Amino acid sequence: MNEIIESVKNLSIGFNSQKGKQISILRNVSTNIKKGETVGIVGESGSGKSTLALAMMGYIKQGLFPLKGECLFKSEDLLKMSSRQLEKIRGRKIAMIPQNAGQALTPNLKIGYQIDEALRLHTDLNKTERDKKISELLNKVRLPSPETMAFRYPHELSGGQQQRVAVAMALAGKPDLLLLDEPTTGLDVTTQAHVLELLRFIAKDTGTSMIYVSHDLGAIAQVSDRIVVMYAGEIVLEGPARKILKEPIHPYTYGLLKSIPKLSLAGLPDSMPGSQPQPGSINEGCSFYDRCNLAIDHCKKNSPDLEHIKELDTNVRCFNHKELINQNNNLQTSITKKTNNSEAIEVLKLKDVSISYAKQKFFDQLLNKISDQNPTVKDINIDIKKGETIALVGESGSGKSTILKSIAGLLKTKDGQIKFENDRILSSDLKMRNPNDLRAIQLIFQNPDESLNPNHTVEQILSQPLKLYFNLSGEELKKNIIDLLKKVRLGEFYMSRYPRQLSGGEKQRVAVARAFAAKPDIILCDEVTSALDVSVQAAVLNLLQQLKEDLGTTYVFVSHDLAVVRAISDRVAVLYQGRLCEIGPSQNVYKFPSHPYTEVLLGAVLEPDPDIKPKLVAEDIVEEKPPEKGCSFQGRCPRKIGDICNSEVPPWQIGENGNAIRCHINIEELASLQQ
Amino acid sequence: MLLLILKRIGLGLITLFIVSLITFVGVEVLPGDACTTYLEREAYGAALDACIKRLGLDVPAYERYLDWASNVARGDFGYSLSGEMPINEVLGPRVKNSLVLASVSILIGIPLAIVLGIITALWRDKLPDIMISTITIFSMTIPEFISATLLILIVAIWLGWLPGIVIIPSDATFYELLSNIILPVVAISMIMTAHMARMVRSSVIQVMASDYVQMAILKGVPYWKMVFRHVLPNALLPAINVVALTIAWLLGGVVVTEVVFNYPGLGRLVIESISNRDLPVVQALAIILASIYVGINLIADLMTLMLNPRLKSLQIRK
Ligand SMILES: Nc1ncnc2c1ncn2[C@@H]1O[C@H](COP(=O)(O)OP(=O)(O)OP(=O)(O)O)[C@@H](O)[C@H]1O
Ligand code: SF4
Ligand code: SF4
Ligand SMILES: [Mg+2]
Repeated sequence: MNEIIESVKNLSIGFNSQKGKQISILRNVSTNIKKGETVGIVGESGSGKSTLALAMMGYIKQGLFPLKGECLFKSEDLLKMSSRQLEKIRGRKIAMIPQNAGQALTPNLKIGYQIDEALRLHTDLNKTERDKKISELLNKVRLPSPETMAFRYPHELSGGQQQRVAVAMALAGKPDLLLLDEPTTGLDVTTQAHVLELLRFIAKDTGTSMIYVSHDLGAIAQVSDRIVVMYAGEIVLEGPARKILKEPIHPYTYGLLKSIPKLSLAGLPDSMPGSQPQPGSINEGCSFYDRCNLAIDHCKKNSPDLEHIKELDTNVRCFNHKELINQNNNLQTSITKKTNNSEAIEVLKLKDVSISYAKQKFFDQLLNKISDQNPTVKDINIDIKKGETIALVGESGSGKSTILKSIAGLLKTKDGQIKFENDRILSSDLKMRNPNDLRAIQLIFQNPDESLNPNHTVEQILSQPLKLYFNLSGEELKKNIIDLLKKVRLGEFYMSRYPRQLSGGEKQRVAVARAFAAKPDIILCDEVTSALDVSVQAAVLNLLQQLKEDLGTTYVFVSHDLAVVRAISDRVAVLYQGRLCEIGPSQNVYKFPSHPYTEVLLGAVLEPDPDIKPKLVAEDIVEEKPPEKGCSFQGRCPRKIGDICNSEVPPWQIGENGNAIRCHINIEELASLQQ
Repeated sequence: MLLLILKRIGLGLITLFIVSLITFVGVEVLPGDACTTYLEREAYGAALDACIKRLGLDVPAYERYLDWASNVARGDFGYSLSGEMPINEVLGPRVKNSLVLASVSILIGIPLAIVLGIITALWRDKLPDIMISTITIFSMTIPEFISATLLILIVAIWLGWLPGIVIIPSDATFYELLSNIILPVVAISMIMTAHMARMVRSSVIQVMASDYVQMAILKGVPYWKMVFRHVLPNALLPAINVVALTIAWLLGGVVVTEVVFNYPGLGRLVIESISNRDLPVVQALAIILASIYVGINLIADLMTLMLNPRLKSLQIRK
């Protein structure tokens, strides 16, 4: 167990900037990987995690080069090896499981060929033995019908299945060390929980060491024995998983853990100010100085070394770590309680809304109707109160964004009505809506990179809605822009910046400011925080909540992340395959009895705590289309009671706390089943 | 799959029909008709009457269109005015000449372009790339008529190695043709190869940066094996459509090059028939060129469909 298989020593990696300066993105990184151990590397986007993991395979991305240090695999330096020697090690001794298996499998080659290729390269098996091995491997990663699977092309598998194939491919050479770069990011919660479970099983079964790179402390907590926390290209904290997650003694890790919304706690998590410094911008002092609330003057000029603390078996890079040892007990408690300021008036009503993506047939086009018996979204009835935050949750394909687009008028409804203020029916055609309705409903998108015009300055971006809806100009326009920026906590000097000169969190703030510029009554938020790092996510969530309390805006908040939803929403609607499963006040949806699908989702949530394991109840199969009749969840339901689920649409039942559940199982019975 | 092919063919036929309508209507709405245009100042009296009779201009336009279209569908384009012979006889040798010129250029140009594109991509920013890229960009930027004229000046006039102007007897053997077309082929290939090589280069570079190539490297796949199995099939797929367009462009006659070298191909025929105001020939050419474009693009689309597993299984599932 104590044999070290790979050891990184004082590694620095960098690139030459356009001005010819050498800029390092990894600085003095040292760590050891022991046999049979799983090490989690965690950090925000851009902290150098992937660069470090790839260097551990002797691979340096184009444009980068090692500045100093070594990566010793069984005491040989990978960075000095020729590509011949590396070919012998890669795949055979060290194997990689990539972030996005969908893009990492070669599209023109069949699954079987790609696994066979690894076998041919790294084993001496003959053809029949290899064929047998392929099915064995596919079986091991729990893919259904391995024989036919081998003849499929990568695009014919679902995301979770592709990730399993990547695992099978990596195991083909019986490696000593497996590198996993964000292997579950981008997968649905239930699929992610299944893949993690598989990885844990494989680590135990084969005794392979693993390096697990992720920005998600929840996933890291599930698999790691030891955790390395990176910040701005440096290791800031390293130690046993339980210690790091429960008693972090570095201010960054502490803040990071506090900024993760948790299922067990309602209310908004604390946010950390600022964002990670760009590579090359730190010249002296601690790299976390700007964001640290424990910083002392000494930190500004002097950079702390990685210090080993014997009694905790932990390495930490901070002058002040002792302070935190005392503070740690309130990690779970301090959280901002949010006020529910919803009023009794209903601003938006969705009545029997169905939406279809089916292409219109020629005749239907003439008659301007859609005749799809099995539309993507069906029978949605939601009344939204003024000042309320209602969340739509569900996995990918559940129709969340589709509903938002329909409310915004970007997508025609097939049936049903969308009513706004005093039961006035909103046209499902954007062009038919009056300007005031257009102003009143604004949309914020998932990815600010795509929604902000890269050729416009922040000033131009914000002036558009102000000119359009309020005809402002000159001094008044400028004053309003500055006001808006102030609202989203950005200084006046941001006006002249272009989106590319902003960080992810700042961009999303500009997008929020643009939505608020229209003084809307309703803001539709489509996964607005999922592209952001947790510390930034917490800041954006807090900002949204603050603005709402000040201005009385109503939010329709779409997310796949149940913990985020819990933090921000007053009411939650759970969707599966475009059909509502459960709706109710958020504190009740998160309590049992729940709809079986909500139960599955709640079970799959990963908490940043090694002692809370996800419960895997349903299979992680992907359904392409909603079922024709019966309950929408029949295909995966672990509590299915029989034919009635396949044939009849279940009735709504109202529980004692006011949450409505749509299931054939009696609500009291559900309560006792879910004890 | 079969349905899709039929659908595509149907669409192609509709395109051709529209082209035929447009050319026909275009000729109709021009002031005067084919005879007055052709005869110019002599358009009176007996000559005009004879011409009108011969072309059947005395019947209503829609009847003439139907007549003409059904003849074209049978492969008969009618009579040329200037040569006073069947258009098919005018076209025959021209099509053959263009075909020879195009196929030789294609046989040389495309493989060369692919090889150069791959070399420049794999040795990106190294010496081979810098050298080849400079040459390709250079030959892309010089206009055809300059490079063709320069070739004649240097190879034919100064060095006297090859004839500068092509004089082909109509019964020339393939071999005779070959020695005559070396210079035009070089002139054409230069531009065509340069364009395609640039495209192949960027396509290969893009695939080389993809996640799956990085994955193949990390899997320990040897370099050349990776290039051939993981990179090239994916990089060359998008090239098929560009190659098709190039071929269509070549077959349609490379007007400038043909004029400079006095090469009797379709491109020069276009110029000649326009300057002769020979409207029936112009109409015939419009249809032929349109069919070439439609046909070759159809083949290219089907090939892409066949080679791309993604599209293939999409079709089968439908
Ligand atoms: N080829 C390159 N040239 C210059 N800088 C680069 C290059 N590749 C990465 N970087 C920079 O190096 C830093 C670390 O990148 P790396 O990909 O290791 O981050 P990461 O922690 O894996 O982030 P993520 O969570 O987004 O994957 C980033 O600031 C990035 O912009
Ligand atoms: S060294 Fe100072 S600035 Fe850096 S993390 Fe510790 S307390 Fe904060
Ligand atoms: S109705 Fe049946 S299939 Fe649907 S959730 Fe209830 S038990 Fe499961
Ligand atoms: Mg990364």
